[in-house]
Amino acid sequence: MGISRRRFLKVAGLSAIMAVGGKAGFELLRPGQVEASLPLTKGKRWAMVIDMRKVTDEIIQKCKEACHKAHNVPEFGNPKVELKWIWEEEFEHAFPDQEHEYVADGIKDKGFPLLCNHCSNPPCCRVCPTGATWQREDGIVMMDWHRCIGCRFCMAGCPYGSRSFNWGDPGKAPKELNPDFPTNPDFPTRTLGVVEKCTFCNERLAKGQLPICVEEANKIEKDSFIFGDLADPDSNVRKALRKHFAIRRKPELGTSPNVYYIIG
Amino acid sequence: MLDRALKGSSRYWGWLIFLLVLMGIGFACYLYQFKVGLKITGMSRDVSWGLYISQLTYLVGVAASGVMVVLPYYLHDYKAFGRITILGEFMAIAAVLMCLLFVMVDLGKLPRLMNIIMYPHPKSILFWDMIVLNGYLILNILIGWNVLAAERKGVHYSTWVKVLIYISIPWAFSIHTVTAFLYAGLPGRHFWLTAIMAPRFLASAFCSGPAILLLIALVVRKFTNFDPGKEQIRTLGGIIAYAFIINIFFFLMEIFTSFYSQIPGHMHSFVYLFLGLDGYGKLAPWMWTFVFFAIVALILLIIPSTRRKEDTLAIACAAVVISTWIDKGLGLIIGGFVPNPFERVFEYWPTTPEVLITIGVWAMGFFVLTVLFKIAVSIKEEVAA
Repeated sequence: MGISRRRFLKVAGLSAIMAVGGKAGFELLRPGQVEASLPLTKGKRWAMVIDMRKVTDEIIQKCKEACHKAHNVPEFGNPKVELKWIWEEEFEHAFPDQEHEYVADGIKDKGFPLLCNHCSNPPCCRVCPTGATWQREDGIVMMDWHRCIGCRFCMAGCPYGSRSFNWGDPGKAPKELNPDFPTNPDFPTRTLGVVEKCTFCNERLAKGQLPICVEEANKIEKDSFIFGDLADPDSNVRKALRKHFAIRRKPELGTSPNVYYIIG
Repeated sequence: MLDRALKGSSRYWGWLIFLLVLMGIGFACYLYQFKVGLKITGMSRDVSWGLYISQLTYLVGVAASGVMVVLPYYLHDYKAFGRITILGEFMAIAAVLMCLLFVMVDLGKLPRLMNIIMYPHPKSILFWDMIVLNGYLILNILIGWNVLAAERKGVHYSTWVKVLIYISIPWAFSIHTVTAFLYAGLPGRHFWLTAIMAPRFLASAFCSGPAILLLIALVVRKFTNFDPGKEQIRTLGGIIAYAFIINIFFFLMEIFTSFYSQIPGHMHSFVYLFLGLDGYGKLAPWMWTFVFFAIVALILLIIPSTRRKEDTLAIACAAVVISTWIDKGLGLIIGGFVPNPFERVFEYWPTTPEVLITIGVWAMGFFVLTVLFKIAVSIKEEVAA
């Protein structure tokens, strides 16, 4: 066997993109993304590594805008009924168990992008009475908005506050805040009374595209968000984790979150 | 036997109509909630369960407590409770019906309720809660009805009913254990992550339920010719005293573990509930009311003379009901969500429509309870006559 399946796919995919995309294909394959961008439908344990040395408030804002636009997440302008798939929190709230009086200046007031951790041992899936939220074989924690009964057990079960409930009809979100809702006709809108959250852009992965936040972040600062397969020792995420010290949110709970934050 | 429910005094009908009006108001509010969504409640992304689920929790306890009159009679052959087991069983029916309705009004997508059965997920405790609650409902309907029918005919109930009765005893414990597991198994909710959650639930159930039953028994004695009996009331008083002391003991154990260990996550909810956190303390007056009534109840229940005197026992029972309701039907569920996973404080307070829906469900429960007790008491009066 001269060539591994993975390497074959990589080369085959690369050639395909080169053939189809030409220059555009080259641009997609900036360093750090090569491994992830190809067999994007073949991952075994998807993970995201967020390099906090590179992330800025602007990046988080752009990621949030792009994500919410791509997934028809309306803005209600009211924290009580707020829906969010990716958002910003200060260090002390993102990592309440790591917080102390003398946290480094650059970290203390820095905004951290938070999203669903796509835990390897997700409590939300365990508690869901209908299987409306479940884990795919590649680790992505998915939502079936057509099966969810809106019991909100998953919201009580999630230790990361990553789940949003449609307290009102998303279609009736204030027009002045959502002038062109639904923003993406190719993505489903949700109905009143179901829970929703980040799905690691499964719809984009299926098309061989990176999650939209990763794409947006990398437009501004290369490799600020890295997405790849933890099961592959040569993947970009594994390389990044080998090289830099990274932390996860509340690892002591045994949920095994798959979003990592490189601190410094 | 149902016909007994159709003959009654004007006071009986007036009470039923009053309850129907409350149910109607609650139903109208529910239709509004169904149309515009749960945003009309005080719940939020941070406190995602509120009054509905906390009433469910409280009432599962009331339902389970029926076993406190069933168990002594059937397992210990304590004959005196033979007179009132039916009251315990019928109270359980009304309480479970309220529980089921509270789950339903809390759902975001009620029309999809059957997904729990169509796509069963036994890893979810809610699945098991559905099984044990419905099972307990069916058991109590079958047992209560058949035992009462046999009593009316002056015969002994059949053996299969006896089998069901024996099954219903551990089943009663199971409903409240499973309900405790809804909370006790969640990572990251430190307030609920305690192995004594189920024992605590059972202890509070076995004082609050019998306290309600005792108060109702006193009402029944006052308005009908059926006397639940002096000895029965006195024994119930003893059960309530023990269960309430254990309940408070468990509560203090939680306080000790949290505050001696000094682990912030374990202390925060208690601090929020009793003192307020970050300047938010809506529940603090309620929690101190709980403490006040708990002390009143403890004093009246521990001193033998006040426990044995029916007037003071009734006051003690009212104090037990108030304090356990605040502790479990308010503080326990809301406290679990505050502070939120980001250690921020977002408070919850129910809205008017939410309270009216809650009252509507309670009214439904009291309606069923009244009708069932009317039937039971009428038959007991006939048999006695």
